[in-house]
Amino acid sequence: MTGELRTRLGIDAPDDFYEALIEAHAGLSEDESMRLNARLILLLANHVGERAILDQAIAAAKAADRS
Amino acid sequence: MSQSQPTFVFRRSPELDGQTTRHPVIVLGAGPVGLAAAVDLALHDISCVVIDSRSDVSEGSRAICWAKRSLEICDRLGTGDALVEKGVTWNEGEIFVGDELIYSFNLLPEPDHKRPAFINLQQFFFEQQMVARATELAAIDLRWQHSARDVRSFDDHVEIQVDTPDGPYTLEGDWLIACDGVRSQTRESLGLDFEGRVFQDRFLIADIRMKEDFPAIRRFWFSPTFFDGQSTLMHKQADDVWRIDFQLGWDADPDEERKAERVIPRIERMLGHGDFEIVWTSVYTFTCRRLARLRHGCVFFAGDSAHVVSPFGARGGNSGLQDTDNLAWKLASVIRGDAPERLLDSYDAERIPATDENLLNSTRSTDFMTPKSKVSGAFRDAVLDLARDHEFARRLVNSGRLSVPARYSDSPLNTPDADTFKDGPPPGAPAIDAPLQSNAGDWLIDHLADNAFTLVHFGTDAPSIDGLNLVLIDATGLASDRYDARPGTCYLFRPDQHVAARWRHFNADAVTEAWNRACARL
Ligand SMILES: Cc1cc2nc3c(=O)[nH]c(=O)nc-3n(C[C@H](O)[C@H](O)[C@H](O)COP(=O)(O)OP(=O)(O)OC[C@H]3O[C@@H](n4cnc5c(N)ncnc54)[C@H](O)[C@@H]3O)c2cc1C
Repeated sequence: MTGELRTRLGIDAPDDFYEALIEAHAGLSEDESMRLNARLILLLANHVGERAILDQAIAAAKAADRS
Repeated sequence: MSQSQPTFVFRRSPELDGQTTRHPVIVLGAGPVGLAAAVDLALHDISCVVIDSRSDVSEGSRAICWAKRSLEICDRLGTGDALVEKGVTWNEGEIFVGDELIYSFNLLPEPDHKRPAFINLQQFFFEQQMVARATELAAIDLRWQHSARDVRSFDDHVEIQVDTPDGPYTLEGDWLIACDGVRSQTRESLGLDFEGRVFQDRFLIADIRMKEDFPAIRRFWFSPTFFDGQSTLMHKQADDVWRIDFQLGWDADPDEERKAERVIPRIERMLGHGDFEIVWTSVYTFTCRRLARLRHGCVFFAGDSAHVVSPFGARGGNSGLQDTDNLAWKLASVIRGDAPERLLDSYDAERIPATDENLLNSTRSTDFMTPKSKVSGAFRDAVLDLARDHEFARRLVNSGRLSVPARYSDSPLNTPDADTFKDGPPPGAPAIDAPLQSNAGDWLIDHLADNAFTLVHFGTDAPSIDGLNLVLIDATGLASDRYDARPGTCYLFRPDQHVAARWRHFNADAVTEAWNRACARL
């Protein structure tokens, strides 16, 4: 059984989290921000662990690009 | 390494005096791979002519790390002991970020194998040993200072235009093994593409001699404090020589960086002293490329002529040796008439996936060390940032995933398991070594070195099949653990020590059928 990427709301206090995420980047240059984001992604990816879910997350992130 | 007299003397070939001979096999290039090919063929009683333009062993050292599988191949060819005796044995590596040790590894996961995970030995020593071995074998006609100008391939033979100090001649052969290196004339003459990637980076490779008691551990620094480039690698070789690789970046000027007045201060800063002597330096840009196919009619490509990788996994020379390990017994069987010509197609079927695995691993390492975009640089730096405190990130740090032997899992020569095995090498995998109980220094791998198909039988009774080597092994020792064996278990090995098939019980018909399949006789 491989899991499925959860896309219904799972974050506690989502507005607080969103603010904390933006706040974490305060005062950083674009390069520093890129590197912070990379560290965040790696930590979260390791926490998730399951490859099938990570692959679905990559695909969902790519598919959502509206630019 | 500077000698005034050429080491490899030129001798006039009979062709220069009007004699034309169609040789069974020509090996073009006497680097590590060509020499191994020639020795392997000779041990199968196939004679060959080897030509090389050189008059000396290779300058500098290039390859230094020889993997366990290569040592096992060299044992079969007869040079293993000399290499291991001279080489520096190592199993461990350390990775630093800045000054901090973040990760160490041991490449030999279990004790009790005849050969270590790796030895370090300068390429010219390797070549010298192989030349000495080739010279012992009457079936090898080694022709130095013979340069191939053009190679032409026909339906059933090849013709090579050779230049020698005494003039040109045409060399003819039924088969050609092209081991003429990364700038292969054979590839050029046959008009074959060599596709892949060039990495936009430059590395300064320096071999230095110094007395230093530090153990033979592979040490790799990302963002070293003693050097303002991206990474540095340091590794011990024989005769108190140390290899140092500095990652200079794409903008570095190769001619400037090679100069002693730039190299020496760099190394002094790293070591904290100037007590060393420069042996050899070179600046490289690395590529990962391969031919689409390794067999072209009666021409086979092996080693760097067929594929090149960046050196951080030590996969260049080591994979070239696996090429000829794979090819020699097949070509010998076809020439002797023991197997149909289609056996030779399995060279592509087995070595292309192996090549791709080497390219994949080398490309990944190089991408980590030389990020190809801003974002891949950010991820690389993020991994290194996290590696200090977080175990998972250390496993993502990639300074080279070192050469492991190929498993020909999907080979048409394999007979898939019909019986149940939980462990042990499956069909296509190379033999796993183990000590045999009878006496110390008796290794399983040495019983598979007769250049013939061998049936290993765990137990005491001895079934036999005409023409098949038989090895009996005590079913209670370490070997039986490593092979998931019980009394009666049999493994059929090919001459290159890869498993062709295995069973829980001996059955003459099944063994014969698997043997036939492994020779493409079915
Ligand atoms: C810096 C560096 C470090 C490396 N480290 C390692 C390592 O640690 N481990 C490892 O396994 N590999 C390593 N490699 C790779 C390794 O050196 C090569 O894979 C290996 O030399 C390939 O052997 P070869 O016999 O295929 O080709 P080569 O060694 O290049 O030999 C080709 C031979 O063909 C001859 N030749 C070429 N053209 C002609 C012609 N037209 N006529 C006649 N003769 C000809 C040449 O004279 C030469 O002798 C390293 C490479 C580099 C550059």
